[in-house]
Amino acid sequence: MESGVFFTTYKADMGLRRKPVHKVRLLVFVAFLIIFPFLASRYWLNLANQIAIATISAIGLNILVGYTGQISLGQGAFMAVGAYSAGIFAARFGLPIYLNVPLACLITAAVGVFFGLPSLRLKGLYLAMATLAAQVIVEWIITHWTSLTGGTEALVMPAPTLFGQRLNTDFRFYWIAVSMALLTALFAANLFRSRVGRAFVAIRDQDIAAEVIGVDVFRYKLLAFAISSFIAGLAGALLANYRTIISWERFTIETSIFYLAVIIIGGLGTINGSFFGAAFMTLLPAFINNLGRALQTTAPAVAGLLPAVQQAIFGLAIILFLVLEPEGLAKLWRNVKDYFYVWPFSY
Amino acid sequence: MTLSNRSTAAGATGADTQTDVAMLRVQDVTLSFGGVTALLDVGFEVRRGEIFALIGPNGAGKTSMLNCISGLYRPQQGSIRFTDAQGASHELTRLKPSHIARLGIARTFQNIELFRHMSVLDNLMLGRHVHMRGNVFTCGLYWGRQQQEEIAHRERVEDIIDFLEIENIRHKPVGTLAYGLQKRVELGRALALDPALLLLDEPMAGMNVEEKEDMARFILDTNQERDVTIILIEHDMGVVMDISDRVTVLDFGRKISEGRPEQVRNDPLVIQAYLGEEQFQLRW
Ligand SMILES: Nc1ncnc2c1ncn2[C@@H]1O[C@H](COP(=O)(O)OP(=O)(O)OP(=O)(O)O)[C@@H](O)[C@H]1O
Ligand SMILES: [Mg+2]
Repeated sequence: MESGVFFTTYKADMGLRRKPVHKVRLLVFVAFLIIFPFLASRYWLNLANQIAIATISAIGLNILVGYTGQISLGQGAFMAVGAYSAGIFAARFGLPIYLNVPLACLITAAVGVFFGLPSLRLKGLYLAMATLAAQVIVEWIITHWTSLTGGTEALVMPAPTLFGQRLNTDFRFYWIAVSMALLTALFAANLFRSRVGRAFVAIRDQDIAAEVIGVDVFRYKLLAFAISSFIAGLAGALLANYRTIISWERFTIETSIFYLAVIIIGGLGTINGSFFGAAFMTLLPAFINNLGRALQTTAPAVAGLLPAVQQAIFGLAIILFLVLEPEGLAKLWRNVKDYFYVWPFSY
Repeated sequence: MTLSNRSTAAGATGADTQTDVAMLRVQDVTLSFGGVTALLDVGFEVRRGEIFALIGPNGAGKTSMLNCISGLYRPQQGSIRFTDAQGASHELTRLKPSHIARLGIARTFQNIELFRHMSVLDNLMLGRHVHMRGNVFTCGLYWGRQQQEEIAHRERVEDIIDFLEIENIRHKPVGTLAYGLQKRVELGRALALDPALLLLDEPMAGMNVEEKEDMARFILDTNQERDVTIILIEHDMGVVMDISDRVTVLDFGRKISEGRPEQVRNDPLVIQAYLGEEQFQLRW
């Protein structure tokens, strides 16, 4: 039996942050996000922006895979569609960031729905194969439609401006990236405490029962593809506006697998897990890089091994999480929270 | 079983007058899987307001029949017509399961099919899905109208939680619950849809006597207080005799008997069909 806090109204019981502790923790986190850029070096700001964009993408993938149970290997392709659409709108039509990003999201959503059509018939690994086709087709189009995308050469777009400010520094872009990440997280959190999100989870847990209780399963699967790829497109479009140089090599099958790893390590079907996973998978290579640089002079032989070590650690981390902690870092976080919730009376 | 006999209870409340209207009309339904014939020319009528039992030995085709009604199986032949509260008639064999649910037909499964990782509350809230309007945009905002909708339907769900006496487990993930409780939650999810017709596939299988009595009471209350017409598949003949108004017996996919419980139990064809079925003889 849970003891401690009781709620007197359904509204309070259904709130996102139900206990005062939660509200305080959220406030502290947001305060940290606001103070952070004023204290951080360029190096850390760059990492923060990468984490924010990766968090957005991971939330998008988690909606499809973690919450709706539709395995996708097409995340790289969807981000590519977002990035290239934004880049093309900006470079060829001069559209500003507040237009090229939303348009890119809509286009990616449409592409996502198209590649979600096989989910009518296919499940699990077979569906994963079908989404792999998205990866192959999108890559092929980008590298061959040279007049539009620049082909295998990178596509260069002008640095975005907003309110007359050029967003060409890590500091300035930080505010865009982080606020979009927070909005995405809020959207997803709301989605999964109400009708549409519940239907997604129902499809993941028991699709026949979902259909029989009145969820139009195929429509909702396509909706999940649409929302998920809309958000993947957002991540891609932000990345394009951030880097201003777009190369197809950033959006290969490796990217798709990278994001699957992010959500597995972070925790399938959790929102804060998407953030934990993104942070972990962004910071680990950065950490190993730094280590490599430090070892370059003292132990060059070890430094040379580090890239391989990094791959091994990623692989090991994924396997360990799958076996030991199937719900990922988010579960560990919950354990810690539960511990402190009753602390110091831990029983 | 300590329950009063249904037919007298129904007669006393005057329920018989409204039971003449056929709510569901099944005609000549034939369903086969490759060489196996699961149903052959099966037909029956379910009247508004009754508890209609579907019985028969293992593999007789009972579950297949429910699957045809809820749209999971498409019979090769025959028709299943459902008349809704407004008097409109629908051919169920041509509709998707989700559409059939929207007409007001809910069900439970022989092997519990709950959303295991969701809480009891969320499972029941899914029962409200067809009555809610929220879309991606309103749900993503969770502001004003959507919040009110969620709260309004939460209140409906809380009624059912009270009714089924599962208040203390409402926040628990259903996967962690005991078997008997899961069966109860599954009934709750079906009730949350506010069905006109409820299909129950062995709701008491695997339960102990006490749990069975509770479940029988919930089924009777659902039928009488909530005005829900029920098709019940059950192997426990004691329960069937106690709570059903009429019984149809299937054997090898064919209908072999139909009538009031006491008529069916004395039908030589039925006794023949059940020869060798121990549980049937034990509980008769
Ligand atoms: N999806 C299916 N594919 C192939 N055969 C099936 C399928 N569903 C049912 N059958 C067959 O149809 C026949 C009737 O099965 P059904 O499950 O309807 O019986 P039942 O009366 O519900 O039996 P029980 O009391 O064991 O639940 C059986 O021979 C079964 O093997
Ligand atoms: Mg059965």
